[in-house]
Amino acid sequence: MMIETLIAVALIGALVTFVAPNRIAGKLAFAISLVPAALSLWLFAAFDGSGNALLDGELAFESQAAWLEIGGRSISWFVGVDGISMPLVVLTTILCTLAIVSSWTPIDERESQFYGLILFIEAMLLGVFTALDFFLWFVFWEAVLIPMYLLIGIWGGPRRKYAAIKFFVYTNVASLVMFGAFIALVFGLGDSVTSFALPEIATAMLEGGPEGLFGLGGTALASVVFVAMFLGFAVKVPIVPFHTWLPDAHVEAPTPASILLAGVLLKMGTYALLRFNFTMFPEQVEIYAVPIAAIAVISVIYGAMLALAQTDLKRIVAYSSVSSMGYVILGLVAYTQFGVGGATFQMVSHGLISGLMFMAVGVIYNATHTRMVTDMSGMADRMPIAVGILIAGAFGYMGLPLMSGFAAEYFIFFGSFGSELLEYSAVFTSLAMFGIVLVAGYLLFALQRTVFGPYQLETDYEVGRAPVHDVASMVVLLGLIIALGVAPDLIFDMITDAIDPIVQGGDL
Amino acid sequence: MAVLELPEWTALAPALILAGTALVLFLFDSINPRSTNRTLLAGTAVAGSLSSLAVAVWFTAAGVGATGIDNYGVIDIMDGQFVVDQLALYFMIIIAVVTALVTVASYDYLRDHTYQAEYYSLIILAATGMSMMAASNSLVTIFIALELTSLPSYALVAILKDNRGSIEAGLKYFLIGALSSAIFVYGVSLVYGATGSLQLEAIAANLGDAGEMGGLLGLGILMLIGGIAFKTASVPFHFWAPEAYEGAPAPISAFLSSASKAAGFVLAFRVFTTAFPLEATTAVIGVDWTWAFVILAIVTMTVGNFAAATQENVKRMLAYSSIGHAGYVLIGLAALSTGAGERVMGAAMMHLLVYGFMNTGAFLFVGLAEYWGVGRTFEDYSGLAKQAPFACAAMAVFMFSLAGIPLFGGFWSKYLLYTATIEAAADNTALLLVAAALVVNSALSLYYYSRLVKVLWIEDPIVDRDRLAQPTGLYAAIIVAAVITVLILPAFDPIADAATEAAAAVIA
Repeated sequence: MMIETLIAVALIGALVTFVAPNRIAGKLAFAISLVPAALSLWLFAAFDGSGNALLDGELAFESQAAWLEIGGRSISWFVGVDGISMPLVVLTTILCTLAIVSSWTPIDERESQFYGLILFIEAMLLGVFTALDFFLWFVFWEAVLIPMYLLIGIWGGPRRKYAAIKFFVYTNVASLVMFGAFIALVFGLGDSVTSFALPEIATAMLEGGPEGLFGLGGTALASVVFVAMFLGFAVKVPIVPFHTWLPDAHVEAPTPASILLAGVLLKMGTYALLRFNFTMFPEQVEIYAVPIAAIAVISVIYGAMLALAQTDLKRIVAYSSVSSMGYVILGLVAYTQFGVGGATFQMVSHGLISGLMFMAVGVIYNATHTRMVTDMSGMADRMPIAVGILIAGAFGYMGLPLMSGFAAEYFIFFGSFGSELLEYSAVFTSLAMFGIVLVAGYLLFALQRTVFGPYQLETDYEVGRAPVHDVASMVVLLGLIIALGVAPDLIFDMITDAIDPIVQGGDL
Repeated sequence: MAVLELPEWTALAPALILAGTALVLFLFDSINPRSTNRTLLAGTAVAGSLSSLAVAVWFTAAGVGATGIDNYGVIDIMDGQFVVDQLALYFMIIIAVVTALVTVASYDYLRDHTYQAEYYSLIILAATGMSMMAASNSLVTIFIALELTSLPSYALVAILKDNRGSIEAGLKYFLIGALSSAIFVYGVSLVYGATGSLQLEAIAANLGDAGEMGGLLGLGILMLIGGIAFKTASVPFHFWAPEAYEGAPAPISAFLSSASKAAGFVLAFRVFTTAFPLEATTAVIGVDWTWAFVILAIVTMTVGNFAAATQENVKRMLAYSSIGHAGYVLIGLAALSTGAGERVMGAAMMHLLVYGFMNTGAFLFVGLAEYWGVGRTFEDYSGLAKQAPFACAAMAVFMFSLAGIPLFGGFWSKYLLYTATIEAAADNTALLLVAAALVVNSALSLYYYSRLVKVLWIEDPIVDRDRLAQPTGLYAAIIVAAVITVLILPAFDPIADAATEAAAAVIA
């Protein structure tokens, strides 16, 4: 019942916050969000799962209750965590709490609705990372769209309506493609599956795969489903060329929504890729490994080059996510313990680092009311602590050792370089590693112009030090980034426990 | 365990309670004709519909009408002119629910109107007719119940005597209604001429005798379909619906589009399963009548959704969308020729139940907007969420549920319908086309439903309004409908099973 409690606290908290007066909503939401945060840390400490939830091994905090039966296949409330989802659950609760804190300054209208939606999104995200029944998972997956659509649309920047609708349409269409494909797969599996429980479907896929449907043979159906699901998730990740909604959404979204969008929502895409495509379709991964790796490398390089061309600080950070998610895909397609494990590690690490970066950019924006690199100079004089943290975050992004970004990228490159499944893995890895140079390039370029030099911002506002609560939440994130960088084993052990059945599953 | 033997006619209690309530309201009216005691009148109407609901639920739970149980079982009344089975009780529940919601909401809506007693008694009388329709088992009783529903409905649409739109709508509704009644009763006479009977089972038994009058019988069936298409607002007899719904008071639009439609469908389900069993009928008239519904379903959902997408007036948009939903429900009849027929029909019934909440709620929200006097177009609704967050949150639930977002009931009933149709397509490949039309139309509908959510939540208000009033009755009805739209999910399985069993009982 622990996971149910976790979700229920966030959901009921969302309702309570929604009805609370605007005045106290921010503090109330913060207080409420501490409960799931503490609870998830306790779950993390008590975590005793082993292996992979979908293939074999013990699940932690598992619970299952019958729900529906449609077309001879049962749907159940089925939740549990393994080493892949556990770190993401903690990431979600912590980032949501910090996002709430970082909203105190910028959000000044309709507060109770805003914080209610943040808690609602938290509940839904926790559901996405813990649900082990396809339908239950899909309910949460789609439900995330609604609050994010409203967060961008109501509290966003000048082009918020355009960005919100683009986000909603893009990701919803992608979800429909993915949904249709997966349902076709389950029907194609015939009588070998009797439920929508993901472990059962994963097992059936590895033990023979689909029989075929509507005249398509089993192998062809599996390929079609693999590609359709890959495209569906690729939009969410996002991978080039499906990334165009992301900068719009990021730039227009209010800071806390950006933090959640980059920190957690993008991970939904890679998490789903790992859970579905890379766990259930080892044969198709092998077939499509080269094109997927090519897309990953293109995302890395192209995303970084786009970031290089931006002058808006927030856009720079937004495009850098495209690049970082490219690394995740590369790690996944390597299909080795370090590759897939590193990809999962990178999900958490990128969640923390990009959350920190967006927070820092938000703090600077709150103070200066501009995000343009060209307008700013010498911010280090006025906001030394916030800028210091921004620089630290940028170093994390660049992969400075002893920070989580280094560990993640090292694992990924180590894993992908020696990949047996991926042809030309050395070439792909080398190309992707070139991305690091570009990352360092655009970040240093941006920092050099905003942070150093004489202060020259022309504004009517008094630009002063960042509020304590903002600094505090950034320090928490920075602490986590360094902790994971110094001791990756904090989560890497549980991740590899869950990864091993997948990378060996390919040999079944 | 029958401690107390009730006479058979008490099985009609849900309808009789409504009839009694209408009489009590008449009594109040004759004691004090000018009474505007809303609490008494609305209270009586609500109490009556809730008692009807309670009894119908109790009967269902106790197994009245269930096949294969001793002592209970299907109850024939008046030599089979009426029959109380699960199908009848299921629809009595839908009708009572909608009636209760509408009468609660009318408490505020009718605040300044005269003719309070007439209004409530007409609603309850129409509801009586609908409940009777659910139980009617002979073309005569069906026709009487149909007229008992229609006549009060005409008056209700036109009850805003000082409003030209209302009068015009009432007149249109009356003229088309009279025409379709004539068509229906002519169809009845042709069927009687061909088979020599009016009681549904007797018609089925006498089909063989029709002999060379097959053409006549076919024409009669076609005319019955026409009458039903009118009642369910299906193409090609749908033209009255947008006009009538737009002109009528919003609670009446809710009532007609949810309850009256459900009553029309139970009529269709019963007549076509009981009186015209497929094989025997096809042998006589030479045509498989399910084809009429295959075509009607596709055309109705497409016309409804495309027309809804182009509306500027919210009430008209909802009216057209309700035509689209009629198209979805028609699939229940289109798939009767197949082995999975009862599953499809059960799914259609489930959709009607969910629809009873979400669509009633949506129209009641329009009623709330009329109560506030904010205007009728999308533009007029801009930014209402700032002034009335709860009602707008509920409206967002209705819109997303109607569009089929997984968190809400509407997705599940559509999905149930979709899978059942796919399964049925094994016997009739044309149903694949129907299923595809369902998905495409459903995806299209997201456009105009989300547009309303956008207008309510994201747009800024065009005029500054004072804080909007929160009328108790309307708010209560809307919130209850929204909560049930979500909370129906945990109980979805047993209710859907009940629907399928009820469908199986009449098909067998």
